[in-house]
Amino acid sequence: MKSNKFVKMLSIPYVLWAVAFIIIPLLMVFYYGFSNKEGKFTFTNILSIFQAVHFKSLYLALLLALISTVICILLAYPLALILSSMKGKNDHLIVFIFILPMWMNFLLRTLAWQTLLENDGVINNVLQFLHLPTLHIINTPAAIVFGMIYNFLPFMVLPLYNVINKIDQNTINAARDLGANYWQTLFHVIFPLSIPGIISGITMVFVPSLTTFVVSEMLGGSKILLIGNVIEQEFTQNSNWHLGSGLSIVLMIFIIISMVITSVFDKEGEGNAL
Amino acid sequence: MTKILKKIYIGLIFLFLYAPMFTLIVLSFNKSKSRAKWGGFTFQWYGKLFGNSMVMQALINTLLIAFLSALIACVIGTIASLAINKMGIVMKSTLMGVTNIPMLNADIVTGISLMLLFLFFRFKFGFTTILLSHITFNIPYVILSVLPRIKKMNSSNYEAALDLGATPVYAFFKVILPDIWPGLLSGFLMAFTMSLDDFIITHFTKGPGVDTLSTKIYAQVKKGIDPEMYALSTLIFLSVLVLLILVNTLPAGNKKKKEID
Repeated sequence: MKSNKFVKMLSIPYVLWAVAFIIIPLLMVFYYGFSNKEGKFTFTNILSIFQAVHFKSLYLALLLALISTVICILLAYPLALILSSMKGKNDHLIVFIFILPMWMNFLLRTLAWQTLLENDGVINNVLQFLHLPTLHIINTPAAIVFGMIYNFLPFMVLPLYNVINKIDQNTINAARDLGANYWQTLFHVIFPLSIPGIISGITMVFVPSLTTFVVSEMLGGSKILLIGNVIEQEFTQNSNWHLGSGLSIVLMIFIIISMVITSVFDKEGEGNAL
Repeated sequence: MTKILKKIYIGLIFLFLYAPMFTLIVLSFNKSKSRAKWGGFTFQWYGKLFGNSMVMQALINTLLIAFLSALIACVIGTIASLAINKMGIVMKSTLMGVTNIPMLNADIVTGISLMLLFLFFRFKFGFTTILLSHITFNIPYVILSVLPRIKKMNSSNYEAALDLGATPVYAFFKVILPDIWPGLLSGFLMAFTMSLDDFIITHFTKGPGVDTLSTKIYAQVKKGIDPEMYALSTLIFLSVLVLLILVNTLPAGNKKKKEID
């Protein structure tokens, strides 16, 4: 019993750390978000989301994040199916291939896409050489979606691959023995069992896409503002922490919604990739 | 037929994932400073890299912060995991809920919340504030990879060690640590990678004059990137490739050993 008490005391350093660097900072966002420069309570910062510029940036961020999440699912699902069908020898190799790009700096990777996508960039030169129509997507929302998919696709592939790989081969064999064809097995057996992975992938792609300001700044020119860009500017350029915090609280509402959805569907944490 | 289609699909996805890597590697050999033009082949950026003290200082900061934050997160996270494992359901789920916040919350919100904290308590923005922030977002990765190991561990081994007269600390190093080692190692690597690749949180918690590679690159985006950066990232990419091949052959070896046992 004594040793149990001692072991529980070991949580003290982490609890103190979490209070100091997780809880208190979040409370400060709420304090600034709900107060004005004189320190008086106000809803102005929160309600400013309904100003045309802010509302438009939130709407665009939600839309682009939604599109890139859907495309990530469509790209990642077949990939996860194929990768798990080759299972056995190369489990580690697959995770490794998806994590490796993370060691080349995130900003440089995005910048490289700028080089590739530019109107006289590499991709268009190749297309011209092949006498194909060229792409004009740099500095448009399409380029931003492209960058989001590129940066966050691994976060969709890994949980999907984990979940599909864990499905008992006997379950699939049973479905086939009972007369289901490949597509029936896929829709009625594999797909329902992979839902925790899909849900976990959705949050891991949707949240960073919704809140990014780097991808939109680099691939969207500086004219397209997402909610992340607005918040970043309030903090670093306008030094209006109250407004920035207020908009962050609005952003957190959407993050909390996606967290709640995850915890409902993924109680066992089966979809956790990392 | 389907086999060929499958291979083409995988090939296209990998082309998509690795196209920027190849672009950066090619740019590191480009004589022209412009990203749009090929000015001929050169090694000069690799030579200039080691003489560029600003880039080298940013590299040292990046590696030091990644190493220290991963190491400190491992110590705090492992100690916390031991305690969380023994906790009742209410305490445990509360603490795990808090642990999940930095992982699930947007980086931009984590960044500004820490920035507000440091501003309010008049911290001097610089190396320390970046380090504190990185430790904060790294601890969850350590806990999530160490805790499952501790759960699986047989606690009677530890109790036996105590009964035989070992101090708790001695028993920890001799009994618990070898058991949780693989989880701890992958937690460390995950934390190190996250710290290395972070830009957003560093952007809000750094001070003037202190840069990591990410913030340095961000500052250069508008003026034009020093080609030394491409050379440096090519070197990092290649050394990580070698390192990860080594690391990935290790767990496979461990598994075989266990099967024999």
